[in-house]
Amino acid sequence: MAAKLTLGPILFHWDADAKRDFYARIADESPIDTVYLGEVVCSKRTPFFDSHLPEVVERLERGGKTVVFSSLTEVVLNRERKMTTDLCVAGDHNIEINNAAGLIATKGRPHRIGPMMNVYNEETMVHLAGHGANHFSLPPELPGTVVELMAQRARPLDVAIEVQAFGRVPLAISARCFHARAHRRSKDECQFVCGEDPDGLTLTTLENERFLVINGVQTLSHGYLNLAAEIEDLLARGVTHVRLMPHRTDMVAVSTIFADRLAGRSTGAEAMSRLAAFGIGPFINGFWHGIAGHQYHDARGPVAA
Amino acid sequence: MLRAAVDAGADAVYCGFQNATNARNFTGLNFTSEELHSSVAYAHAHGAKVLLALNSFASAGRFPLWKEAADCGARIGVDAFIVADIGVAACIAHHHPHCRLHLSVQAGASSPEAINFYCCEFGIRRAVLPRILTIPEIRQLKAEIPCEIETFVFGNHGLMVEGRCSLTNYAVGISTNMDGACSPPSKVRYDRDSAGAVIASLGSHVIDRFAPDEQAGYPTICKGRYCTAARPEPFYAFEEPISLNLMEMLPALAAVGVDALKIEGRQRSRAYVGNVVGGFRKAIDAVAAGRAPDLIDLLALTEGQKQTQGAFMTKKWR
Repeated sequence: MAAKLTLGPILFHWDADAKRDFYARIADESPIDTVYLGEVVCSKRTPFFDSHLPEVVERLERGGKTVVFSSLTEVVLNRERKMTTDLCVAGDHNIEINNAAGLIATKGRPHRIGPMMNVYNEETMVHLAGHGANHFSLPPELPGTVVELMAQRARPLDVAIEVQAFGRVPLAISARCFHARAHRRSKDECQFVCGEDPDGLTLTTLENERFLVINGVQTLSHGYLNLAAEIEDLLARGVTHVRLMPHRTDMVAVSTIFADRLAGRSTGAEAMSRLAAFGIGPFINGFWHGIAGHQYHDARGPVAA
Repeated sequence: MLRAAVDAGADAVYCGFQNATNARNFTGLNFTSEELHSSVAYAHAHGAKVLLALNSFASAGRFPLWKEAADCGARIGVDAFIVADIGVAACIAHHHPHCRLHLSVQAGASSPEAINFYCCEFGIRRAVLPRILTIPEIRQLKAEIPCEIETFVFGNHGLMVEGRCSLTNYAVGISTNMDGACSPPSKVRYDRDSAGAVIASLGSHVIDRFAPDEQAGYPTICKGRYCTAARPEPFYAFEEPISLNLMEMLPALAAVGVDALKIEGRQRSRAYVGNVVGGFRKAIDAVAAGRAPDLIDLLALTEGQKQTQGAFMTKKWR
């Protein structure tokens, strides 16, 4: 079976029209197989898009996409608990769980496990598969050698293994909103200032290194993960689904480049040179190679991003 | 260190092996199996318990290290294992069903639903709560779960969800979750610039710069100063270097049903452990006897010489 191309949930606070237009293009023009929807970062953002979801789902399904709903990463407040439980008890759609708060409600029913669920080893995978998990998006910090061991165990369990291959990498989550803090506000008075930075707000070090990106309560890499040159390696190690994370760049074009790679229609060098023209980056891939995540490892050895 | 804590009146002491199986994998900090054996004997002889931290995440291919650590702990007779990894929890629940299991803060379980999952699956007897809950939230949570709860009362004031942070691995290639080390000393560097300021770096990344008259702090990524377009002057983008101190809140914590109070001690000096544990011992005994706790001054021991009641009082900091 050929590996499938997926689109992870939008991590950033785009306004409703931008999201609708984005998904309309994805539905109609992209070669993506599966689209993950839903707010996974900040529960305060959900009201803005909830009413548009049915229309977006319909459009994506009409375009032949499988739709999966992703649950919140951090679940503390009562409204976050309710969001998670409501999503998990409704049995009429695919769900991806990103917090253990969703595991009891889905026990015994098919579901997916998201990248924030800390599935680092086969024993954890086997345990969750016994509860109905049939698809694992692994933590982005796992090196390819570990992913390979996980995929070997996944095969007899008949569960899928998904790995992020494009986009800024989620590195940490907090109860505090760093976006609000940067604007001298509290989370309760944030006025959704995170919406001003559709790909996140860059933090530079005191020596002007562009180091990290903040997105509300989340911290991401400044560099864009790009495993376009490693696609053969991903497939050889048993990855079944390749995930692209949404950014404001031309994601239809990005997904086409990755689809070409998965189908063997282009080389890693060709894909990298096409992606280099997008004006995003720097590109990073250190985690996959077992080195510092901010680095880019190529044939000449590790290169600082 | 364990003896210092026991001697100062700790009811239980956490410890770990000298490897990646615990979240404080630092040189000189942890135990060999022989040391653990004699420490358990010492603690038990003095009426204290020893809790073995196996609270990092076992990456595929390295699982036997966690399994062996659990087997060794069970053989020696530790009083509980503290775990975060579902696979490790399942393994201990299966192979050592009579051992107590505690849920580490590294599991990131911050709701009744999440804690109940671990209780149902593995018979977790106590959950260590994240440092982000207010007292009313703790009261509500306690009412909805079947296990004991433990809260941090003194030490780091961490606001990142623990067990969900790969900042160190991004910066220097050592994973907090898989290798058990956040900002490892081997990657820390202090340089002095021409103006006499101290520049603290982690790997190739400058985390903070301290003026000649400022006390230089340890370069932990989430405690560093950075700039953004929104705020071009250097600021603590994540949190100030500040210590959590809940001594004044002990009566409130007791009232909402907190079963155990946790003091961070494993990266500290013997004197620090003795002073902080001794101070809290007296305060707890006073509260238990219905007296107002005698608030000893722990300020000098705190990081950056500032302290906070953190999340526990109010949600405003979020």
